[in-house]
Amino acid sequence: MAILVIADHDNANLFGATLNTVAAAQAIGGDIHVLVAGQNAQPVADAAAKLAGVGKVLLADNAAYAHQLPENVAPLVVELAANYSHVLAAASTNGKNFLPRVAALLDVDQISEIIAVESADTFKRPIYAGNAIATVRSTAPIKVITVRATGFDPVAAEGGSAAIEAVGLVKDAGISSFVGEELAKSDRPELGAAKVVVSGGRGLQNGDNFKILYALADKLGAAVGASRAAVDAGFVPNDMQVGQTGKIVAPQLYIAVGISGAIQHLAGMKDSKVIVAINKDEEAPIFQVADYGLVGDLFELVPELEKAI
Amino acid sequence: MKVLVAVKRVVDYNVKVRVKADQTGVDLANVKMSMNPFCEIAVEEAVRLKEKGIASEIVVVTAGPAQAQEQLRTALALGADRAVLIDTGTAELSSLTTAKLLKAVVDKEQPQLVILGKQAIDSDNNQTGQMLAALTGFAQGTFASKVEQAGDGLNVTREIDGGLQTVSLKLPAVVTTDLRLNEPRYASLPNIMKAKKKPLETLTPDALGVAVQASYEVVKVEAPAGRQAGIKVKSVAELVEKLKNEAKVI
Repeated sequence: MAILVIADHDNANLFGATLNTVAAAQAIGGDIHVLVAGQNAQPVADAAAKLAGVGKVLLADNAAYAHQLPENVAPLVVELAANYSHVLAAASTNGKNFLPRVAALLDVDQISEIIAVESADTFKRPIYAGNAIATVRSTAPIKVITVRATGFDPVAAEGGSAAIEAVGLVKDAGISSFVGEELAKSDRPELGAAKVVVSGGRGLQNGDNFKILYALADKLGAAVGASRAAVDAGFVPNDMQVGQTGKIVAPQLYIAVGISGAIQHLAGMKDSKVIVAINKDEEAPIFQVADYGLVGDLFELVPELEKAI
Repeated sequence: MKVLVAVKRVVDYNVKVRVKADQTGVDLANVKMSMNPFCEIAVEEAVRLKEKGIASEIVVVTAGPAQAQEQLRTALALGADRAVLIDTGTAELSSLTTAKLLKAVVDKEQPQLVILGKQAIDSDNNQTGQMLAALTGFAQGTFASKVEQAGDGLNVTREIDGGLQTVSLKLPAVVTTDLRLNEPRYASLPNIMKAKKKPLETLTPDALGVAVQASYEVVKVEAPAGRQAGIKVKSVAELVEKLKNEAKVI
């Protein structure tokens, strides 16, 4: 039994979620190969070859894969999949984009966002915004799975020395092309991998007020997140949204400021180790999941907290 | 161009669901059902394309129980022209089965554009649109927050982990909606009345030549591990002390 993990990357960096995905592959058991599909992606292949537990790296380096367009990447993965019992990708926007296309071409159902491996064919995954956990047994000949990064501790980034093999297959469907991208720039840690997350909601009232959260976050070395309300109101960009349809985080410490705690937001953070809520409404649902709640005006309490740390 | 929109009947997003005691699933008896929020956004986008003169006809389709007609009527009240119900009774549909049923409708209707929500808030799969694109061989623009006509194709701005990405798609194409694509309108009473007269065709999986089956089985469904109820602290000083000494997270 061999498992193919498809690397999540931007041609220069291997993204952290790949390390959690390899960990899920290890839990399934078997030889683990990592596919890097990209353009000039040698640095990514080198990084993947160093991961603990990886037996081989396949590098498909071609302009057709530069932006991992699903129309081109999916047929490549389908052709390689014949040699594997499992095909895994991180449940990042990239993995979610191309992997169901792979599954359909293989005529199998995909198991999305697994959080635990029970056995080689049985997995746990959250449904209904995390309000129920389904145990699912796959009978598919090739198991196609996306992995929720917060469900698995990442493998070590160093220590492996896998061979890198070039894959010459070029699949270019010619029906889609990359136009451009606008990436948010930030010096803070990545939201999905940060040990501490400070999140703001509607209670912040405007985008300018988010600076008190940035100050607190910088003191804690934290990433900054947001509720949907804060994103929809234009306080902060969309890629900061934590929740069912945004990013799923499970840091050591999650500080929710001015967030009521709707079902959809809780879905993205309720597996955090310690949750702190700062809210002036003592009836807010967020206090039902918070380990430590502080009732009061965030505009006084947050600067006070920042000074006290 | 003709636009096909797929919608799903799901538990209303405000309902806190309960797991059945026998662990076979989630208790849906007497629970409020609604159109999946992402599907509402898909319908709204199609209607806007029609208002801009880009779309000529909007066909809305659902696969589900007979009661899913309610959600089709809602879509008709919002501005869709015709509806198709694929009556699958009480069967649980996998995303792949849904995609196969939708492909059969695509083959029949020959739309230039298919719009779906990016995920249903019950199964949280985020698969159907991508699978439909695979089965039809169409290009896909998932997690769309902007859709624009560009020449004889579409430019779709997508929500990705690091920000936004724009791709250009040849038609026919599949687009799946993100929350930021638009703000769905409400159906007015006159439009709800008019929607009752719009055509609604019922099909069956058999007639479409699709077998309702899945390559997985749900072994059990459990409630998630509950969190211990926490405490309210009186001051910032007390909070910092607890975080340092009790929780040891700072």
